[in-house]
Amino acid sequence: MATKQIIHGIFGDEVPLLEACKKLRASGIRIADVFTPFPVHGIDPIVGLPRTRIAICAFIYGITGLALATLMMWYMMIHDWPNDIGGKPNWSYYFNIPAFIPISFEATVFCAAHGMSLTYLLRCMLVPGAKPKNPDPRTTDDKFMIYLELNDDQSKKADEILRSTGAEEVNYKGTITIEPKY
Amino acid sequence: MHAESNIREPLILGHKTYRNISDDIIAPIEGKANRTWYILFTISVLGFMWGIGCLSYTIGVGIGAWGSNNGVDWAWDITNFVWWIGIGHAGTLISAVLLLFRQKWRMAINRSAEAMTIFAVLCAAIFVTLHTGRPWLDYMLFPLPNQFGSLWPNFNSPLLWDVFAVSTYATVSIVFWYIGLIPDFAMIRDRVIKPKMKKAYSLLSFGWGGSVRHWSRFEEVSLVLAGLSTPLVFSVHSIVSFDFATSVVPGWHTTIFPPYFVSGAVFSGFAMVLTLMLIVRKVYKLEAYVTVKHVEYMNIVIIVTGSIVGVAYLTELFMAWYSGVEWEQYAFLNRATGPMAWAYWIMMSCNVLSPQFFWFKKLRTSLAFTFVLSIVINIGMWFERFVIIVPTLCRTYLPSTWNTYSPSFIDVGIFVGTIGMFFTLFLLYSRTFPVIAQAELKSILKASGEEHKKAAEQAHH
Repeated sequence: MATKQIIHGIFGDEVPLLEACKKLRASGIRIADVFTPFPVHGIDPIVGLPRTRIAICAFIYGITGLALATLMMWYMMIHDWPNDIGGKPNWSYYFNIPAFIPISFEATVFCAAHGMSLTYLLRCMLVPGAKPKNPDPRTTDDKFMIYLELNDDQSKKADEILRSTGAEEVNYKGTITIEPKY
Repeated sequence: MHAESNIREPLILGHKTYRNISDDIIAPIEGKANRTWYILFTISVLGFMWGIGCLSYTIGVGIGAWGSNNGVDWAWDITNFVWWIGIGHAGTLISAVLLLFRQKWRMAINRSAEAMTIFAVLCAAIFVTLHTGRPWLDYMLFPLPNQFGSLWPNFNSPLLWDVFAVSTYATVSIVFWYIGLIPDFAMIRDRVIKPKMKKAYSLLSFGWGGSVRHWSRFEEVSLVLAGLSTPLVFSVHSIVSFDFATSVVPGWHTTIFPPYFVSGAVFSGFAMVLTLMLIVRKVYKLEAYVTVKHVEYMNIVIIVTGSIVGVAYLTELFMAWYSGVEWEQYAFLNRATGPMAWAYWIMMSCNVLSPQFFWFKKLRTSLAFTFVLSIVINIGMWFERFVIIVPTLCRTYLPSTWNTYSPSFIDVGIFVGTIGMFFTLFLLYSRTFPVIAQAELKSILKASGEEHKKAAEQAHH
């Protein structure tokens, strides 16, 4: 069992925030999270965040949508009840593909967009009624926060770094007990 | 940090901090509405109610209540449908295409433009659901099993493609819009004091906190949604044009229709964005964010798309002559000189001539002139759809079926009703939603803000 200190380093601007993140990482301190009012560009590699794989999800959902639309149109137009409409008989999917392109495309976009959006919302636990995830309400307005969970040795070092890089406040928000993983 | 050339004009004027941006966006939400808002809202709701009355009457007695007749079976309904769908296109173009092209000026207008898209698509949906004649059977548009009838819907038909295109477009636009709104709702949630408002925005913001992981995903999702919406927006109006182009009616059966419809849609959509934004920036005092430069950029898009539309009109005329097909030639002769020539010439002057005024810098940076012209363009684009549909159907192959057309009281009423609904929704939106994507705007403050640009220039010298 380890007890860790929760530290909120509050900044008024993104430039010192990035500077602090760099220094913290350089001295081997893990940055638990950063809360910013807007997407700060270039922060991901600095805090050691891997690139999100959500676009890969979108691709998979898109392919699924394409497959479902193809299956639907093949079943309805070719297999279940083939019709001869306007002298253009529906005997084979292959020969009728041009007429099926628009809906194949729309279904691909539909599934890719909605699948990815749902994945995004659930992956970030953004659901109606969820509790605000920012520990300090000012971080959606004009403040930037580095959120740290550290043991006593690291806390001291982090405090120094935060103050030297220009943190407006360094708040100690109690401790958290982390159960060891077996 | 990203640096921007000083040659580019600033996109955020004056001395602004992050806090100022929050304050300016939240002001209309926390403040009370003024008298102008209530007057506009009352007029809009009255128009909307009138529309609902006419709509109910149509459902009660059938579409015989409209001016449409045996030959002219598409008239105001489809004209209005295409007009509204077209208006919607600018929202997606601004938020998706301009995002891919990294045009930062989109950030001040994308939120309202997308809201406009959604409201316009809702208005368009009213006409498509009604024009089937028996709207309670509209579920048959969906691919439902045979028990509902003897057949599946016909997937070779552009009308069915339209069902899929418009419903995909509407839902994807709503999702794209909402995902962008979540961080802004969170800002409002953390700022408002009234407990009821706090609760409402807390529910709307889905618990957003602005964690670095969430921002990283947010940006990827926005980018991919933009990438998906870009071909989507082009496909939607292309498919709307297929409704006409795949028919065998002279004047409709042309391959130029998809690009011509798409550019026309963007043209009319930008005009509507201008109409709305010029009011919004004034009423909610957002002149520092929606600057004259923004208006000028939009006017440049209007020159480009308006000129494409002009070239398309002339190409149609040329192809009719060059094809040597008499039916085709007559269709265009009839439009330009027939009994409805007045509509054709309104279309020509509003859509081809009027945007050319924007070649003059003085005119395209004049807000009053832009406002007037944006309304002229929307009138012109309504007449474009009218000219394509009505005069063509009045005189088709058989002279014995030639007919004339005049709209009924009910036709006008439903159209006025959709305009009322559009403005009712927009006015409600502008008082409860963040009308500018404030989080995005904050991210460009350092690079494109006037004060920061000046400071950078001074440091450079």
